[in-house]
Amino acid sequence: MSHFPLSRRWLLGGVAALALASHAALAADTIKVGILHSLSGTMAISETTLKDVMLMLIEEQNKKGGLLGKKLEPVVVDPASNWPLFAEKARELLTKHKVAVVFGCWTSVSRKSVLPVFEELNGILFYPVQYEGEESSRNVFYTGAAPNQQAIPAVEYLMQQEKVERWALIGTDYVYPRTTNKILEAYLKSKGVKSEDIMINYTPFGHSDWQTIVAEIKKFGSAGKKTAVISTINGDANVPFYKELANQGIKATDIPVIAFSVGEEELAGLDTGPLVGHLAAWNYFMSVDTPENKEFIQKWHAFIKDPKRVTNDPMEAHYIGFNMWVKAVEKAGTTDPDAVIDAMIGVAVPNLSGGYSAMMPNHHITKPVLIGEIQADGQFNIVWQSPGLIVGDEWSDYLEGSKDLIADWRAPMRCGNFNVKTGKCGGN
Amino acid sequence: MRGNLKLGLARMRLLLFLLALFATLLPRSATADATAAREALAILAGGNLDAMEPAIGTIARSGVPWAEPVLGALLEGRLLVRPSDRAVFLRTPDGVLLEAESGAPTSVDAKSLRPIRINNRLRRTLEGALGALTLGHGDPAVRLTAAEKLFARPDPSALDSLEAALVRETEPRVREAFARARAAILLEHGPPPARAEAALALAASPSPAVLGKLQAARRALPADAAPEIVAALEEAIAKVERRLRLLELAQTLFQGMSLGSVLLLAAIGLAVTFGVMGVINMAHGEMVMLGAYATWAVQQAMRALLPGALDWSLIFAVPAAFILAAAAGWAIERGVISRLYGRPLETLLATFGISLVLQQAVRLGIGATNREVVTPSWMSGLWEPVPGLALTTNRIVIVLFAIAVFLLLVALVRGTRLGLEIRAVTQNRRMAETMGIRTPRVDALTFALGSGIAGIGGVALAQIDNVSPNLGQAYIVDSFIVVVFGGVGNLWGTFLGAMTLGLVNKLLEPVAGAVLGKIIVLLALILFIQRRPQGLFALRGRAAEA
Repeated sequence: MSHFPLSRRWLLGGVAALALASHAALAADTIKVGILHSLSGTMAISETTLKDVMLMLIEEQNKKGGLLGKKLEPVVVDPASNWPLFAEKARELLTKHKVAVVFGCWTSVSRKSVLPVFEELNGILFYPVQYEGEESSRNVFYTGAAPNQQAIPAVEYLMQQEKVERWALIGTDYVYPRTTNKILEAYLKSKGVKSEDIMINYTPFGHSDWQTIVAEIKKFGSAGKKTAVISTINGDANVPFYKELANQGIKATDIPVIAFSVGEEELAGLDTGPLVGHLAAWNYFMSVDTPENKEFIQKWHAFIKDPKRVTNDPMEAHYIGFNMWVKAVEKAGTTDPDAVIDAMIGVAVPNLSGGYSAMMPNHHITKPVLIGEIQADGQFNIVWQSPGLIVGDEWSDYLEGSKDLIADWRAPMRCGNFNVKTGKCGGN
Repeated sequence: MRGNLKLGLARMRLLLFLLALFATLLPRSATADATAAREALAILAGGNLDAMEPAIGTIARSGVPWAEPVLGALLEGRLLVRPSDRAVFLRTPDGVLLEAESGAPTSVDAKSLRPIRINNRLRRTLEGALGALTLGHGDPAVRLTAAEKLFARPDPSALDSLEAALVRETEPRVREAFARARAAILLEHGPPPARAEAALALAASPSPAVLGKLQAARRALPADAAPEIVAALEEAIAKVERRLRLLELAQTLFQGMSLGSVLLLAAIGLAVTFGVMGVINMAHGEMVMLGAYATWAVQQAMRALLPGALDWSLIFAVPAAFILAAAAGWAIERGVISRLYGRPLETLLATFGISLVLQQAVRLGIGATNREVVTPSWMSGLWEPVPGLALTTNRIVIVLFAIAVFLLLVALVRGTRLGLEIRAVTQNRRMAETMGIRTPRVDALTFALGSGIAGIGGVALAQIDNVSPNLGQAYIVDSFIVVVFGGVGNLWGTFLGAMTLGLVNKLLEPVAGAVLGKIIVLLALILFIQRRPQGLFALRGRAAEA
């Protein structure tokens, strides 16, 4: 009577044990790479591409024979543009999937929300987007631009080349634009710009009615001084903003707009004819004319199977970050976080603009700064390039309370906010 | 001592100005100019942005016949260079390749050519130079643009040819533009008395650009300038500022109406489904999104089949969007909502689920990135009914479109058999049933109608907002606010509600900023609904009590 169920139980148990064993064997054979980018919700528009580029980089590395003799295995999760969910998914990646490294996040608020998780569980996060600085964590590597690698050179360019004297700082209302504008305001004032020549305006996320603000910019620009707009508008709000600029006839030759969050991907949804000459500052443009970049674009088009897809700056940041991580793991001979974090500093890999980017002790990288003008085909014409590479400066020199701080994660200092005045770590 | 020095400086400036004028009048050898121009063209081909600026000036002043077409092509990115030997070609606006200097057609391979890239500084130089070059063009429209270019970038070396052109000109509009351009040049570069006169002339046509020029001229006046000149300039500035303040108010009112009509387009479909039927449809925003994607799809199809008629794509997009959204609405009503009548909470949750499903379906099926919807040429640009009051054409079209859609809907509900049935079912479902109306069919049609109208709203919103899967989400809350504020079940209430909210938002925004303005409006609304739960207009009679 009881013979049957027993044997069935045995059978089941056997299968389960087999499955577990094979799973364990698989797990030992691969190194898991976590990808933490929103695939749904508001940010999916920007982050989906980064997930795809990571999959491409991992596939390529596997074709080259993997890493330390093992294959890389991508683990994709969807934090759905929901900031608390980012922290949960990060925890899931580190504890359940036991990934060796995570590439992810776009908005600063998502990075801030996963930061405690990575510090608690000693994980490694590569963050690929330009951001406001004022942060350096042992567990995070910042491959996007700090303000001194994007915002400050852009303002210098406008001052010198376009002789701009009046500044409208227009941004979305959250931490990145507010901090960047605070730094820029302090910088402009240090260059002798008067407060009446600076206009600061914030709008909510997804703002779609720009009539009033564009009219205000027009009015602000009619004071007889050369005026420029510095835009830290993020995400979806950019398209209606540029449409309104075009409709109200604000031309780049009169009031140029320089943007820090608008790249090829954002312009893909726009008719760029009326926007020719408006500017963007990045560390990479798809139009960069180097053999490395041509190869990258070719591979991207082959991988995504669409020759019309564009490449952009955060994609290059992931390209640099991934190659740096591969090199550091090879150097350390293990994926153990502590060993890799130590091995990362000083690693240099080719970037796509024809130079080498190196990981600095403050966990930021060296990059060139490029300024491009929008062309009618949605690409950027590079009108200025920094003479050399610029080291990312995590603590801005223009803000009170942060100008005395430095980060250095090498032994013996190992500190993200060392105060050079008081000689203490963690002192503001 | 200092005063003397400044006077001396002012005199020197005048002297330099006269010298510059004189220099442009000097006869020059034509062949030398042609050689210099050819050399300058080689510099343009070299692509060094700093060297290109003087080269443009050399070509413009040389008087060679190819100066105007080549510089025009350079400005518009149609001047091409062959990297192998730096030979320069130009592409006409119709796409024909010509040799730059001779203007002869050429059979060179277009793929071997690169456009010569320029930056904003060069664009400004080019605009000024082209303005001076095209003053004598046969087409009055070209002369008008030439005058506008010179007005925007006053080039003192163009003053003589401008004055000569002014004498020749017969077209009153172009004459006026020439006079304005002349005043702009004198205001910036002329001797102080001429500046004062120019300022007063310009003040007659106030605009932000004129104000900017006047302010700059006031700042450029030396501290010891004659008091009557300072007074003239300040009077001109005050006059323009007074006028602009008045125009600003008109502009704000228009902006409020335009925001109101956007809200109306988003909310009017909801006024039918939520207002008339009482169904809380959280997927309403996605109907708007479907309409926007239909616009994109129609444009894609027309690009492939009828590229010449792309400007008229919206005429096809409106019915396409209506049919697509109405079909989706009909399916949602038949599939889900009809099973949940009388259970508002479940309806809310189910439609919210549908909204997420639709969003993700679009994201996976079409892509997460924005799609480009082209603005037709008749919808772009500005309309200036009086000088200084610039209204954007696309907003005007949207205001008119919103009003037309609204009136059509009102006519449909008031004047057709379906409208009668809809009103009967909403007022008393039981009684309507006993009179022989098939209420399930009316429900489905009403819901499809509301959804279809939301889709039409999507066509208009595609012109000003992102065509992305998130489009609908941005409008769902605003739509509910408009319907609740206007009074549930009342189409005119929705109309007035949308317009009021648009105006209040736009009047508050310059004072309080966009973020605070929105908060204030929301708080005011909560208080309003507290005092008057039925909204602006309430339904009277039995339906209100039911």
